[in-house]
Amino acid sequence: MDFDPVLLARLQFAFTIAFHIIFPSFTIGLSAYIATLHVTAWLTGRDHFLRIARFWTKIFAVSFGMGVVSGVVLSYELGTNWSRFSRLAGNIVGPLAGYEVLSAFFLEASFLAILLFGGRRVPRWLHVLSAVIVAVGTATSAFWILSANSWMHTPAGHEMRDGVAYPIDWWAIVFNPSFPYRLAHMLNASYLTAGFVVLAVSARYLLKGAHLAEARTMMRMAIGLLVVLAPLQVFLGDQHGLNTLKHQPTKVAAMEAHWDGSKPGDFHIFAWPDAKAETNHFEISVPHGSSLVLTHEWNGLFPGLKDVPPGDRPPLVTVFLAFRIMLAIGFFMPAAVLLGAFLWWRGKLFETRWYLWPMAQTWWMGFVAVIAGWVVTESGRQPWIVQGILRTADATSPVIGPAIAVTFALFIVVYGIIFSAGIYFINRLIAKGLDSAAPDEPAVSLGGALAAAGKSTER
Amino acid sequence: MEWYLPLIWAGIIGSAVVLYVILDGFDLGIGMLFPFARDDKERDQMMASIAPFWDGNETWLVMGGVGLLVAFPLAYAIVMPALYLPVIVMLLALVFRGVAFEFREIGANKALWNTAFAAGSTLAGFAQGVILGGLIQGIAVKDGAYAGGTFDWATPFALLCGFGVSFGYALLGATWLVMKTTGPVADRARTQATWLLYAVLAFMAAVSLWTPLAFPRIRERWFTLPNFFFLWPVPLFTALTAFIGWRSLRRDSDTVPFVATIVLFLLGFLGLVISSFPYLVPPSLTVWQTAATPSSQSFMLAGTLVLLPLILAYTGYVYWLFRGKVGPGESYH
Repeated sequence: MDFDPVLLARLQFAFTIAFHIIFPSFTIGLSAYIATLHVTAWLTGRDHFLRIARFWTKIFAVSFGMGVVSGVVLSYELGTNWSRFSRLAGNIVGPLAGYEVLSAFFLEASFLAILLFGGRRVPRWLHVLSAVIVAVGTATSAFWILSANSWMHTPAGHEMRDGVAYPIDWWAIVFNPSFPYRLAHMLNASYLTAGFVVLAVSARYLLKGAHLAEARTMMRMAIGLLVVLAPLQVFLGDQHGLNTLKHQPTKVAAMEAHWDGSKPGDFHIFAWPDAKAETNHFEISVPHGSSLVLTHEWNGLFPGLKDVPPGDRPPLVTVFLAFRIMLAIGFFMPAAVLLGAFLWWRGKLFETRWYLWPMAQTWWMGFVAVIAGWVVTESGRQPWIVQGILRTADATSPVIGPAIAVTFALFIVVYGIIFSAGIYFINRLIAKGLDSAAPDEPAVSLGGALAAAGKSTER
Repeated sequence: MEWYLPLIWAGIIGSAVVLYVILDGFDLGIGMLFPFARDDKERDQMMASIAPFWDGNETWLVMGGVGLLVAFPLAYAIVMPALYLPVIVMLLALVFRGVAFEFREIGANKALWNTAFAAGSTLAGFAQGVILGGLIQGIAVKDGAYAGGTFDWATPFALLCGFGVSFGYALLGATWLVMKTTGPVADRARTQATWLLYAVLAFMAAVSLWTPLAFPRIRERWFTLPNFFFLWPVPLFTALTAFIGWRSLRRDSDTVPFVATIVLFLLGFLGLVISSFPYLVPPSLTVWQTAATPSSQSFMLAGTLVLLPLILAYTGYVYWLFRGKVGPGESYH
């Protein structure tokens, strides 16, 4: 068997980072929800909101823990898998990651401890503030890591000397051209992901007839938020796409499977791009659809794949199909929540079982959309690891293929175990439902985060 | 003008590594002592003594790794491939023991996650010791890249360091339990700590004898004049600290054993610095040769000078908030 170290390093990194991204994309949104609940409870003085906050805090603790341990891996994997990238881009990417650690990770860790365990040791305002700080910390973390990631797509503010990137203008580096779009799109994706989980869980309780008062509040809050954010995401995605067209036209050509830049582009609802034959099979298309979206003109032109040599084209099928998965979810989401908002307006939201049942199954949608979108943007950048500066094949570490193959297998086994366990435990927490215990009931449980989280986040 | 930036960064990263070793050391050590607890109630108590702290503790490891990438990207790019297997094993072990904090609380199968916590903690500590040994013994470098094989790190010396660090962490864990718990858990930890102290001293002596014998550059550093005149107090202070720790374990003092263990670690680290400085990738690359460009180092330093004191302040606050002892069957309320 042939162990290609570049392919293995890519697969291993893709696997570990895709696994990791599941958790932050959920916890960024969920922490904001928990903070909202704590602030609401504090302002209104209603325990109702605290019960909901306590419930989601348990689920947050499990997800956040898995995000932490899979994130620690990444801070070392840049060196173990991409040492030449680390060397050539370290001057730029390093400080951005460094700011993430200093401004977000420590903040989250300390204030999460207060949020989980400090309920009876700190004044109420500090407990509420801790929930807010955790939410701010998770968003700050996204700010820095997306800045670093965006710089790999649209490098700016640097100069190359002897193949090494040197910073010239830090402002231009941090706020590189694709960063504002990527940040808005990704943060919104996190809030959508968490929103749909809350929506699905509340629908599940309503169908079961359990925790009715809390489930209604959760569903109202979820739909109220999503009815704004889900349509907003279509707009943000469009803007992000136009920005990509400006800076990474080949990626857009791959997303649209658009070969000939001298002709207007059709939007392919489905197709199977064939890199060898330089054409698409099984096309089902909307004529001029892509031209209309990307240039706002019927006969608008945009670059095609044939404008660059085959060696500079990304993996087509992956990018094309992942983009369609993201689009499908991206359009389903606003449709679903607008329908929910309509039912709410008619006063039938909580009784309409034909709506609640499918909604109870939608918890995974945000996660799949996030991973699909991430595959589009990262695979779409190939064969570059830093667009136009460094090719992925030149970025690897001097580690032999078999060593990567062995550790890759270990990652699959370990992550497979903890992922299954994590999903199982979260599902168990959801099935168990909300504690109906009075807020002042003394805690009897010991030890780990969850037991304490369940009892101590109330005062 | 910019020659001192790499020195400042070496100081910052060195401090982060020391903080990591001490802080995560005691909670990894508690994982190692997990199998010796009598029942799950005791294990819950041990867990409760570290639950609010472990996440913050582990963040210092991220700080160390990312800090190396920020300030010394060349060292990061050489060390990680050189120590590829121990680094990945350490990360996987940390994954297992990290999720155990949450999973053993909800899990139907508590025994399984007890085992994951104990095995993960032990393996992570051992791998960190191997990484340390791999650094001390030196890394083959050619043209600014790692030039050795997959198993270059796997020497008897590195394995010795692996065991040494593991016992050191176990000692930190045991003395933490002496300080932070009451009842049978604390009593047992006191007995364990005494034996672990003997073992740690034996490993420190072994490493201290082995390094000058096996590595001429380290021998020169310690045993040439006038260095020797300045350096002989290091082993003396180590012996003195060990004696104070040993006596405090017999005299029912709760805090001194933990503090003495920290001082032992600090002295060990000082010994390492004396042996290797200014080489960051021994035996060939110094902190200056591996440094990031001054612009990157100063851009990051500006933020660090503001944020690090804040981090230390709220980290300290969390330790203060959860002060006091955890008794049998108690949790933080």
